Amino acid sequence: MPLILEVEKAYAVAKADPDFWDDFHRHMKHYVGRPSPLYLAQRLTTHFGGAKIYFKRDELNHTGAHKINNTIGQILLARRMGKTRVIAETGAGQHGVATATVCALFGIPCVVYMGETDIERQAPNVFRMKLLGAEVRPVTAGTGTLKDAMNEALRDWVANVDDTFYIIGTVAGPHPYPAMVRDFQAVIGNEVRAQIMEAEGRLPDTLVACIGGGSNAMGLFHPFLDDEEVRIIGVEAAGLGIKTGKHCASLTAGAPGVLHGNRTYLLQTDDGQIIDGHSISAGLDYPGIGPEHSWLSDLGRVEYVSITDKEALDAFQLCTRMEGIIPALEPAHALAHVAKIAGDVAEGHLLVMNMCGRGDKDVFAVARHLGIELKT
Amino acid sequence: MQSASRIGRRFDKLKKEGRAGLITFVTAGDPDLATSAEILHGLPAAGADLIELGMPFSDPMADGPAIQASSLRALKSGMRLKKTLTLVADFRREDVETPVVLMGYYNPIYVYGVDRFVADAVKSGVDGLIVVDLPPEEVDELWQPARAAGIDFIFLTAPTSDDKRLPKIVARATGFIYYVSIIGITGTRSASIADVKKAVQRIRKHTRLPIGVGFGIRTPEQAAEIAAVADAAVVGSALVDIVAGGLDANGKPKPGLAGRVLDRVAALAEGVRRARVKVA
Repeated sequence: MPLILEVEKAYAVAKADPDFWDDFHRHMKHYVGRPSPLYLAQRLTTHFGGAKIYFKRDELNHTGAHKINNTIGQILLARRMGKTRVIAETGAGQHGVATATVCALFGIPCVVYMGETDIERQAPNVFRMKLLGAEVRPVTAGTGTLKDAMNEALRDWVANVDDTFYIIGTVAGPHPYPAMVRDFQAVIGNEVRAQIMEAEGRLPDTLVACIGGGSNAMGLFHPFLDDEEVRIIGVEAAGLGIKTGKHCASLTAGAPGVLHGNRTYLLQTDDGQIIDGHSISAGLDYPGIGPEHSWLSDLGRVEYVSITDKEALDAFQLCTRMEGIIPALEPAHALAHVAKIAGDVAEGHLLVMNMCGRGDKDVFAVARHLGIELKT
Repeated sequence: MQSASRIGRRFDKLKKEGRAGLITFVTAGDPDLATSAEILHGLPAAGADLIELGMPFSDPMADGPAIQASSLRALKSGMRLKKTLTLVADFRREDVETPVVLMGYYNPIYVYGVDRFVADAVKSGVDGLIVVDLPPEEVDELWQPARAAGIDFIFLTAPTSDDKRLPKIVARATGFIYYVSIIGITGTRSASIADVKKAVQRIRKHTRLPIGVGFGIRTPEQAAEIAAVADAAVVGSALVDIVAGGLDANGKPKPGLAGRVLDRVAALAEGVRRARVKVA
């Protein structure tokens, strides 16, 4: 507890300090490569025949996803706090890579906890983290997946509170993490606001983003929450289908609970035991969801829907062939929902979808699902 | 003055006897319900003065490998919160003196329903609760109904709980204070006795509640050392390890497992009693 209070206090001070944000935005520009473009996907727009579809191209960021926005923010905070060691949890390895990257950038030792099951599934990212100088510690406890990696990182943190900063990868975990990660990822939505005003002279009609823990979605949504005319949709992973029980849709099919210091919707049994999610996309299979998403769902401000593995796989291929962009399987879920709604609205309806990661990491998984064997 | 709660009465009795207590931790349903019941029922005779019973949880993030594994074994054997309460109720029919404290995480309680849980816990004869992931800032929704029903609420304190933090903790604490003598998770490194003594003295400045010290105690000698400086010694991982070591290839308990756990408890109790500390 005192360790979380220390982060909360330090972040409150940093948040009010213009120098902190100058430093943050300098790294966003020169290291991450922001602002990422807001790109009009012309062929898909024609193909769907309705909404004008824009992609926020966060897959063009350094390291290939939105995760780096957050790890830059948190490492700058860790440095202000005088911490000399960083730990992180990772599921698919994207957050682990983004954390290992900023630790290499600042010369800070880094330990990434990763479930043993995930290590097997995500070998290229494991090697990437090691190349970046991070130590990847396999977690065998529980089911050896993301939630267990988070448990293990929390255990490390309480044992090494003096020198260690814990970089959490999504808008979940104990306060202030959900708010802090949102603030760093809000760079996405803030840029979209300025870019769509420049391109179209008005705000978008609809925003769509995929959700695991929910950080890319929260980053896009947050700057628009007060604009009531903007329809906002979060897309969860329905896996093999909600009815099969093999899914990751905490909001669509989970129940309220308390885990990792936040009260939110969770995948759990009727005895309150947490269960693992399933999704074709490893980045969406956190058994919870950021508490602010739960709140926005209860309020009705944001609609939450779900997309199956198969629908995401179809969208993945469609995007690749029609736009020459290989999306990560995570935003392929968002695109699959765009495909469902784009034709139902009038021409000129402005839809912005967050293309939050690139799909290089997924080509082996996709090949497997398409029945093609790649030699490694 | 007679204490209202079973926990209070037990510490009063220990004080009268001029000695510290032994608090034992085992996980409900580990490795299965029958063995766990056998251990539980044998604990008072073996010398446990107060019983902590773990409520199994899939994600015990404050626990070390030994207790994590015991939690998962229990869940695998089909343990549920309802069965944990039934286990206590069965124990209570035989023993009305030994306090039972349930220890675990909030989510299963939250899903069970706080009011229903408190009512069933009282009915089963539960005396206290330790909910590891509810800090004093977040505890009220369970604390208030539990206290209103007469259940004690025990909090963990650690070397990182400084003089600013302690008052917040003791303000909500009843029954006793559980001091975790090492930084980190359960069952790992044990602390030096001088550090523990200093910490106990520091906590005493904030509260008149008895102080139990745990984490890392494995031998009767260590239990005796703790008993010399605190009001009770808490032993958990050392007992859970005996359970882990007493399983066959299929995870089923070998004959005599409960007896081996109880033998260790008897040895630890002997250590605690030998310390014969005059509690200040």
